[in-house]
Amino acid sequence: MSVEVAGMGRAKTGGPLKLAVPRGALLDETLDVLDAIGVDTSEVRSESRSLIFEAGGLTLVTMRPSDVPTYVEAGAADVGITGKDVLLEQSDRVVYELLDLGFGRCRMVLAGRRGDEALGESERRLGMMRIATKYPRTAERHFESTGRQVEVIEVKGSVELAPLIGLADGIVDLVASGRTLEENDLEVREEIVDCTARFVANRVAHKLRAAEVDELTAKLREATG
Amino acid sequence: MTTHPIPPGTRDILPDEMRELRHLHLAMIEVFEERGYGEVSTPAIEYDEVLARGGGRTADSAYRFFDERGDLLALRSDMTVPIARLVASRFAEAEMPLRLCYLANAFRAVRPQRGQMREFAQAGVELIGAPAPDGTAEIVEVLEAALDAAGLGRAVIGLGDADLYRQLLAELGIEGEARESLLGRLAAHDLVGLEGELGELDGIGDEQVATCMALSQLRGGPEVLDEARELGGDAVERATARLGETLEALDRRGVADRVQIDLGLLRDLGYYSGAILEVYDPAIGHVLGGGGRYDELLKRFGLDLPAAGFALYLERVHVAQMEEESRAGGEPR
Repeated sequence: MSVEVAGMGRAKTGGPLKLAVPRGALLDETLDVLDAIGVDTSEVRSESRSLIFEAGGLTLVTMRPSDVPTYVEAGAADVGITGKDVLLEQSDRVVYELLDLGFGRCRMVLAGRRGDEALGESERRLGMMRIATKYPRTAERHFESTGRQVEVIEVKGSVELAPLIGLADGIVDLVASGRTLEENDLEVREEIVDCTARFVANRVAHKLRAAEVDELTAKLREATG
Repeated sequence: MTTHPIPPGTRDILPDEMRELRHLHLAMIEVFEERGYGEVSTPAIEYDEVLARGGGRTADSAYRFFDERGDLLALRSDMTVPIARLVASRFAEAEMPLRLCYLANAFRAVRPQRGQMREFAQAGVELIGAPAPDGTAEIVEVLEAALDAAGLGRAVIGLGDADLYRQLLAELGIEGEARESLLGRLAAHDLVGLEGELGELDGIGDEQVATCMALSQLRGGPEVLDEARELGGDAVERATARLGETLEALDRRGVADRVQIDLGLLRDLGYYSGAILEVYDPAIGHVLGGGGRYDELLKRFGLDLPAAGFALYLERVHVAQMEEESRAGGEPR
């Protein structure tokens, strides 16, 4: 009906600060940090199917990491924790990035098959590489800023598959230990950016609930610094 | 039934919504007229060269096209630049200050699938020829009356200073591309990126990085001006002095209560100088509107006059109005 995303950005009626908590790879370390600042996360850790928890004066809302910017931008969550990879991919979402939490460290890289020159060959002979990725915008931005032409192919599942069976010459993906790449006979060709977990805030919450947001930021800074 | 599509980011408004919007429109114009602001209307299409004088983001109209004579035209992206053009052409000899208001649609580029509007309605005022701080205070007074008339008694007005960081970075000897990049980080409030970029600059010590970071987080009552002064520096001194004068002027009019000082505020329009404003309501997570002083803009149209104004996004105000009404348990009008 208007500039709002339907049904969102309208639920801010006071009460405890709503913190968007990422499920998946960042969950355990996020909960450890919350425990460290005195927020009891045992309920979240239990096998509960609930999505919303009250703890330590906060409302914890659990969701996919890639949904965190959506909820925070709309103000449905006041603050949130998610990976820098997600923020880069959704850089058009207006959220305030307040703190680097330091955990969940991984690298966004360009990788190709070990010993295979498909990337270089395609670039040299065709002037264009085919890159499979789950991060199309980050990948496009990287190649654009380095002055190269690519065809970005977005895939949803195991991206390592793409170069193995000829869908793409290489992949842009997030790498933590590098084991997945190794197991699939892939190697890192270029480092694109280092990613860690970040603490973000809705811009209106950052203004209107300044004291609470600042206090939480300070606690998180101390616990992760 | 056959559906004939309209471009994404545009919309039809049907009677139930239009009825409520009309109430809102009338309430806004009534507030403005009561305070001596005369309503004007300008063409949605202008010469591109005229709109480009706004500088910054407004200079880059998303919709440009040629007319039958080959002249380059553009759709306006706000009303402040067209009104600056109008004042310079039609009111150059008029008695100042000049008070104008408008209710108009403006056009911006949208990011796909984000529910953003290409065409949106704004209500606002421009006060020409009234310098800071009292001109600024008058604008805030009108803005508060407009918010009250819309039923947004809980809305808060953020007050910042557009020159603070430009001058602070100049003081630190940061110029050119590095400065623009840092201002971009500040406007987006990307504190992690800001700290990283500042840290990489030559000749910028840890203490100066800490000052910039701390400054951007200062927001609240008048006490933040004292906290800012403790961080030191000429740029901070000047900005806090300007903000202090504005606060005093607001106090004299009795309209300081809903104003929150915000030293982290930085609007990305190209023409602001001095005081800048943003409007928030606790009921919704988006900014409802904004404004500020643009003392240098009229000069670009050959008329050296101080000026200030604000604009409210009417669709967002309407959403906030509905939320506030349902919160109060009242019936929609």
